[in-house]
Amino acid sequence: MKPTKIKDPNYFHKVVDCQWACPAHTNVPEYIRLIAQGRFSDAYMVNRDSNVFPGILGRVCDRPCEPACRRGRVEEKPVAICRLKRVAADHRQDITDRLPKAPATKNGKRVACIGAGPASLTVANDLMPLGYSVTVFEKYDKPGGLMRTNIPSFRLPEQTLDEEMGYILEMGVDIRYNSPVESMKGLLDQGFDAVFVGTGAPRGKDLDIPGRQEAAANIHIGIDWLESIAFGHIDKIGEKVLIIGVGNTAMDCCRSSRRLGGKDIKVMARRPRQFFKASPWELEDAEEEQVEIIINHAPKRFVLENGKLVGMEFERLEWDAAAKKSTLIDTVILPCDDVILAIGQDNAFPWIERDLGIEFDKWDMPKVDEKTYECSRPGIFFGGDAAWGPKNIIWAVAHGHGAAISIHNHCQGVPVTERPEDGMNLLTTKMGISEWAYSNDYSSSKREKMKHVDLVERFKDLKTEVEIGFTAEQTAREVQRCLNCDVQTVFTAKRCIECDACIDICPVQCLTITRDGEEEDVRKRLSAPSINLTQDLYASDPLPQTSRLMFKDEDVCVHCGLCAERCPTAAWDMQKFDLLIQLAGSEACTKQFA
Amino acid sequence: MPSIVKPTAAHPSLVRNKLGLTIRDYEGSMSTLCAGCGHDSITAAIIRAFHESSTPPEMIAKMSGIGCSSKTPTYFVNGAHGFNSAHGRMPAIATGAIAANRSLTFIGVSGDGDSLSIGLGHLAHAIRRNPKMLYVIENNGVYGLTKGQFSASADIGSKPKKGDPNRMQPIDPMLLALTLGATFVARSFSGDKEQLVPILKAGLAHNGLAIVDVISPCVTFNDHEGSTKSYISSRKNITRVTEMDFVPPEQEIIAQISPQGKTAVTMHDGSVVYFTSLPEGYDPSNRLAAYSYLSEQQGKGEIPTGLFYVSTDQPELHELNATPDEALVNVPYSKLSPGAAALDKLMEGFR
Ligand SMILES: Cc1cc2nc3c(=O)[nH]c(=O)nc-3n(C[C@H](O)[C@H](O)[C@H](O)COP(=O)(O)OP(=O)(O)OC[C@H]3O[C@@H](n4cnc5c(N)ncnc54)[C@H](O)[C@@H]3O)c2cc1C
Ligand SMILES: Cc1ncc(C[n+]2csc(CCOP(=O)(O)OP(=O)(O)O)c2C)c(N)n1
Ligand code: SF4
Ligand code: SF4
Ligand code: SF4
Ligand SMILES: [Mg+2]
Repeated sequence: MKPTKIKDPNYFHKVVDCQWACPAHTNVPEYIRLIAQGRFSDAYMVNRDSNVFPGILGRVCDRPCEPACRRGRVEEKPVAICRLKRVAADHRQDITDRLPKAPATKNGKRVACIGAGPASLTVANDLMPLGYSVTVFEKYDKPGGLMRTNIPSFRLPEQTLDEEMGYILEMGVDIRYNSPVESMKGLLDQGFDAVFVGTGAPRGKDLDIPGRQEAAANIHIGIDWLESIAFGHIDKIGEKVLIIGVGNTAMDCCRSSRRLGGKDIKVMARRPRQFFKASPWELEDAEEEQVEIIINHAPKRFVLENGKLVGMEFERLEWDAAAKKSTLIDTVILPCDDVILAIGQDNAFPWIERDLGIEFDKWDMPKVDEKTYECSRPGIFFGGDAAWGPKNIIWAVAHGHGAAISIHNHCQGVPVTERPEDGMNLLTTKMGISEWAYSNDYSSSKREKMKHVDLVERFKDLKTEVEIGFTAEQTAREVQRCLNCDVQTVFTAKRCIECDACIDICPVQCLTITRDGEEEDVRKRLSAPSINLTQDLYASDPLPQTSRLMFKDEDVCVHCGLCAERCPTAAWDMQKFDLLIQLAGSEACTKQFA
Repeated sequence: MPSIVKPTAAHPSLVRNKLGLTIRDYEGSMSTLCAGCGHDSITAAIIRAFHESSTPPEMIAKMSGIGCSSKTPTYFVNGAHGFNSAHGRMPAIATGAIAANRSLTFIGVSGDGDSLSIGLGHLAHAIRRNPKMLYVIENNGVYGLTKGQFSASADIGSKPKKGDPNRMQPIDPMLLALTLGATFVARSFSGDKEQLVPILKAGLAHNGLAIVDVISPCVTFNDHEGSTKSYISSRKNITRVTEMDFVPPEQEIIAQISPQGKTAVTMHDGSVVYFTSLPEGYDPSNRLAAYSYLSEQQGKGEIPTGLFYVSTDQPELHELNATPDEALVNVPYSKLSPGAAALDKLMEGFR
């Protein structure tokens, strides 16, 4: 094997599983350590630098970091990364003077953002401090996009939204409410230097089966229905409610129904549970509220009596192991007063003329470059759900950061493909013999459980936030579960005397000294079986005494530092890795333009 | 000494032995030896040998003397019994313990100072009595614990960290053991677990005293240039002369003697030790041949490693003394010491 190129920031970045998995590459271990030290405001700012909305995301993030978290490979459950983010947000002090500010003199460039969802607001957040004049056009009278109109306030309180939207808008963003953009051409005529499309995926899918038209009064499209609740247009629902679909939207629909008078609420799924789209925690939360989840039922028709919806007929299915093929068992009719359809969202761009040089593909989606976010017409960029269909908030933020780099390039006359690369810092944490600048002691405590407002109390008011947040004690325990994956084991081959001390001490058998070979072959000769091929093997230069190589399987290293403590020659060192993420106008970017 | 105890986190594919225990169940307290000490590596090999042999931890007795090496039983098998004897007295204490309780699995861990300097007489007599015990000499050529004075195994010409090179004859534990009639004689290197672990397992299975001399560099006092027991010098001069496989009893049926002339020795408990890569005509049951081969190699400055000699037909301590199969500790006191009347009766028989 070739010696591992640890100078490439991607190598150690990948070891920080959570940060690597986070679309915005939030520096998770760093903020967890800051929380451990009680430095909540600092922890909040570390978050904000990359994910912009820590208070919001600390509650409702889809958390791709958690399934990736190393802790989940070492014991059962990952670190409660998301909940700890909320801790930082809840306990921060006034940080307004630490927020980025727009300079007094503008740079003369005007950027239009369509839609005031997380994608557009991230673009504004990144461009305002660089002197751009950013105008946001929003259909409704409030900012936030689906975060405000669809995510129920019992999961995400309005105040949290307002605060974090405010941090951006108060930089002097020219936000135009109640201003749906009805013609792209008309907008382009206004002479903006760049346009960002952050309009989301606004159209809920319908279900065209018999009875749909006749029963329309009691059949609701999930995302529209949730929006009507958010705007106060709807405040009740029938007692028996069927939700069709079992994604995250379905979870918000069933839980909202429960608060609007629904008593017997069933979520109807076509397939078995392991094939559900909803996150496990959303399912748990719904079931805690006594919503019933019914599997293997496919909708067949709406049943009407005297012109009114009274039930729905379903086919009962049996699936093969992969849930690819089904066989029909029989059909059943379930009584209901209302049905909510939560079976997906589509994009829709009726307001973009098709003769502007913006190409659309066969699914009528704009062709958008995955690296630059630019469509086929230079100067127009897409991000968030508008770019490649519905995703989530943290992806919208990541797209916003990426698009902001492109817009900055575009406006400064630099090709959008010329993107600054991430850098890194690597700094030893050694403070003395067996003394490190991080807490390397392993805590065996189990994941803390989020406490909820009790059921009676929470149903009294639609807006009562269900999750209480971690107590100080819970926080203190949970932070210690983080394995500090950013504190890297860095090896210097020429120092090693091959005494085996590191190999013997490693609690998880990460290390092996063996002769070189192809990776596949080396993986067969490791101290412990190599069971996770997605994790890298760190290969050293040849060792001085025997020319064998030191290998480290990164998979389950707990970053305890014992290898470095037991090494007589300091061939292993524990070094803190800092990913230097490039955002629009970051230093390296600026240098390029200077 | 490490700042923390070893995390309880473990590799997800940890192997369980016949008792359902993982290797982590055979660990001890954190080592307080210098980082990089060969002794720690031997400790790791001992842990593996016990785990792979599925020895119940509570049936292990760890015997040792004084020295860095003699401290190491603390660092393996926390659940075992243990005894730290006075300096050099481990063989005598162990012989007594083995006499009293033959149901335990005994391991003695000693140093070159403990066994070849102050304790040489005790070692010699233990070899004569042949108690069933794995006897590991962690050989670094110095008294590590007392700051690195030369021990009786220091080679002529080896340089200390400070002062003059050694000029006295070394005592070689392997030649000594062969001369005194030891029944299991092996040497290995702390940096070669592939070889060491099977030797330790064979030693545990041996029905008698299994002496294993392990070259174990002292990283603090004997790992410099000019030392003959440093990592680098050991690596340069060590040659594995015998390779061996240890096959525990229940696998015996599937193991085959390879056509390339592997020599097989069946141990008392039915396990088999297979030798390969021996010099041509080498016979691990021929004491004299082993002796002359070793002294010849060592004369050339080489450090041969491997299992050199094993004899399975010499009586061990209990057989020599015709003691009952039952461990003496389990024999009722009234039977063990039947009183003055019984003694008188016995004496009567000699009159
Ligand atoms: C029910 C539901 C629950 C969800 N829960 C979560 C969750 O818990 N966690 C999570 O991470 N994600 C969740 N999501 C997904 C998440 O809300 C979206 O992925 C995210 O908001 C997308 O951001 P965006 O900026 O691309 O667009 P959006 O948030 O959709 O914002 C688009 C904005 O553009 C405006 N707009 C649209 N067209 C025009 C136009 N022509 N002119 C002017 N303005 C226009 C809209 O009014 C809206 O304000 C959920 C989605 C739904 C439907
Ligand atoms: C009766 C007695 N004499 C001397 C000592 C001092 N002493 C302690 S350890 C030791 C030598 C240990 O050497 P060795 O057995 O090689 O162990 P190492 O530390 O090298 O592993 C000596 C001389 C003692 N403890 N007791
Ligand atoms: S243990 Fe900590 S640093 Fe490692 S992946 Fe989990 S949260 Fe991230
Ligand atoms: S830090 Fe070192 S000793 Fe600890 S788990 Fe990782 S490789 Fe093993
Ligand atoms: S402890 Fe240090 S010197 Fe010893 S093998 Fe490991 S890296 Fe090499
Ligand atoms: Mg010694």
